[in-house]
Amino acid sequence: MADKSDLVLDVRNLKTVFFTNSGLFKAVDDLSFTVKRGETLAIVGESGCGKSVTALSLMRLVPDPPGRIVGGSVSLEGTDLLALDETEMRAVRGNRISMIFQEPMTSLNPVMRIGDQIVEAVRLHRDVSAKEAQNIAVEMLRLVRIPEPARRTREYPHQLSGGMRQRAMIAMALACRPALLIADEPTTALDVTIQAQILALILDLQKELGTGLVLITHDLGVVAQTAQRVIVMYAGRKVEEASVEALFASPKHPYTRGLMASIPAVPAPGIAAPARLNEIPGTVPSLVRLPRGCAFAPRCKLAIKRCEAEYPPLEDCGGGHLAACWRAEEVAEVA
Amino acid sequence: MFAYLVRRLLLMLVTLFGISVVIFVLLRIVPGNIVDILFAAAGYVDPADKANLEKELGIDQPLIVQYWHWISGFLRGDLGYSYVSEKPALQEILPRIPITARLAGLALLFSASIGIPLGVISAVKQGTRLDYALRVVSLSGLSLPSFWLGLLILTASVAMFGQMPIFNPNPQTWLEAFATYAVPAAAVGFRSAALTLRITRSSMLEVLRQDYIRTARAKGASDAAVNYHHALKNAILPVITVIGIEAAFLIGGLIVTETVFNIPGVARFLVEAIRWRDYPIVQNLVMFIAVVVVVANFTVDMLYAVFDPRIRYTD
Repeated sequence: MADKSDLVLDVRNLKTVFFTNSGLFKAVDDLSFTVKRGETLAIVGESGCGKSVTALSLMRLVPDPPGRIVGGSVSLEGTDLLALDETEMRAVRGNRISMIFQEPMTSLNPVMRIGDQIVEAVRLHRDVSAKEAQNIAVEMLRLVRIPEPARRTREYPHQLSGGMRQRAMIAMALACRPALLIADEPTTALDVTIQAQILALILDLQKELGTGLVLITHDLGVVAQTAQRVIVMYAGRKVEEASVEALFASPKHPYTRGLMASIPAVPAPGIAAPARLNEIPGTVPSLVRLPRGCAFAPRCKLAIKRCEAEYPPLEDCGGGHLAACWRAEEVAEVA
Repeated sequence: MFAYLVRRLLLMLVTLFGISVVIFVLLRIVPGNIVDILFAAAGYVDPADKANLEKELGIDQPLIVQYWHWISGFLRGDLGYSYVSEKPALQEILPRIPITARLAGLALLFSASIGIPLGVISAVKQGTRLDYALRVVSLSGLSLPSFWLGLLILTASVAMFGQMPIFNPNPQTWLEAFATYAVPAAAVGFRSAALTLRITRSSMLEVLRQDYIRTARAKGASDAAVNYHHALKNAILPVITVIGIEAAFLIGGLIVTETVFNIPGVARFLVEAIRWRDYPIVQNLVMFIAVVVVVANFTVDMLYAVFDPRIRYTD
C-alpha cells in the first residue's frame, strides 16, 4: 500500500442505490479503491455494471431522486466529500475534482461560446478578473492542442468537430488543475484515430499536471494502453482488482477472463478468422433481483453450488491482486 | 444575411398586400353599409338621397376602384375620413394607439415576467406540490376567458372596495395609473402568462435532461446559475415563439377587455367601427394591426438568431 499522503482519492465501501418503481437497486455496492497522485486507475465492465454511477457518486452528481449515496466515504486529499454540504461540494467540483463525459457532441452548452464555458469554470473557483480568466481559457485550449486557441474561444460548440469538442471539455475540466480527473468513456463517441489522440492527450496532461485519473471504459484495449491499475466491476461490485500487467497476464475472475476472450483478435496472415466472435453467454442480471450468491454465477462456466449460495469475498491472490471468486485459483487452469 | 433580410422584407410586403385584399373583401361581403344603417335608423328611405350619400362616400364605385383609392391613400399616409365622425381617420386612430399599446405592452410584460420565472420554478421543482399548484393555476389561466376574468375582477373590486377602477386618461397618482392600466393588462395577460408558464416548464424539463446541464453542475455552478444561465438560455426559444404569437392574439383579448373595462383604446374602437361599417376606420386599423403582427413575427425570427448561435440566416 502506498504512503497515505500520496493518495489523492480514497473510496471506502461506497454504496449508491436507486429507488425505482420496480424496487430498490444497488448500482454501486460496497466499492472501495484508491488513486495515487499521477496514477491512472481504470474501471472496466459492461454497460449497467455501475461504472458511470461510481463516477457520478464521486462528483456527488447522482440524480436524486431516484438515486442516493447511502453509505461509505469518498475522501479526496483527506476531505470526506460525502460529509460536505452542497455549497462546500460546489467549491470542490470543477476545482479539485473534475469530470470529462462520454458525449462531446452534447456535453457542451450549445448557446455559449467555448471560451465563456472555460472562463466560467475558472471564475467559479479562482478569484481572477474576466480578462485573466479569458487568458487562462486561451492557454488551456493551447494546452489541449487546439490550433488557433484565441479564435476558438469565440466559437460555439457546433463550430467544432467531435474531437475538438472533447479537447475543449478536457481544457475545461483541467482549467483549475484538479487533483483528480474522472474520464467517463472519454473516447467512446469518437472515431478510432481521434480516440488515440485524445487518450494520448489526457495521459500527457495527467503526467504534466500530476493529476490522479479515474478512467472509466468498457474497452480493455484502452485499459492496456493507459492504466497502471484496473478494477473490474460486475453488477455494482468490484470483482477483481490488479495492476494492468497482472490482470492481463493472469485474470483471476471468470468474468474478466470472459471480457478478454471477447476482444476480437486480428487473425494471423494465412489463418481464417473464427466464424463467430467470442461472447459471455447471458446478460447482466437485473440489479433489482440480484442472486443471493455471486452475481456472475448464472453466466459462469465454472460455477459450483457454493457460488449460488454465498457471495465470494475479495481475496488477495498475491501481490495486491484481488478477486472475488470462490474458484479464483482454478480459473487460470480451467480456461 | 443582407439578402435574407431583403427577402424577408419583400415577403412581409406580399403578406400585407394579401391581408389588405382580405380585409377589403370581407368588409364588403358583410351585408349592409353605413348608408343602409343610417337610413334604416331613420325609418324613411328616399332612394335618391341614399344614392347621393353613397356617391358622396364613394361606395357606389366599382370595388376595384374603391380598393385603389384606399390603398393608394394608405401608402401616401392619407387614410380618408371616418364615415361616422367625419374627422380624418388618422386623427381618430392615432390618439387611441398609445392606450392600447400600453395595455398590450403591460400584458406581455406581465405574461413574460410572471410566466417565465414560474415556469422555471415549476420545471425545477417537478413533481412537488408547488409544481402541481402552479400547473393548476396555469390551467385555470388557459381556461378562463379574459372578459370573464375582467368581469370577475370588477365585481370583486366592487364587493371588496365598494368601487371599481374607471379608466382615467390623466392619472394623477401612481395608484390611479396602476388601476387604469395594470388591472386590465393583468386580466388579459393572465392567459398569456399561463401559456408562457406551461411552455417554459416543458421546454426547461427537456433542457434540464441534457448532458451540458450535467457538465455545468460538474463545473461547480450553483443551482441558480445552472437553471437560469445554462438551462433557460437553451429553453427560451419556444417561449419566444409563444410570446410572439400571443402578441398577435392579445389584440383579440383586448377587444373584449377594453369593452369590459370601458377603455377608449383602438381595440374597442374597432368593434364600434365595424358595427357602423365605417370602412376607412376598420380597413386602416386592421392594416395597422396586421403590420404590428407581421413585425412581431419578424422580430421573433430575428431573436432566434440572437439566442441560438446555431441559427444563422444565410442563403
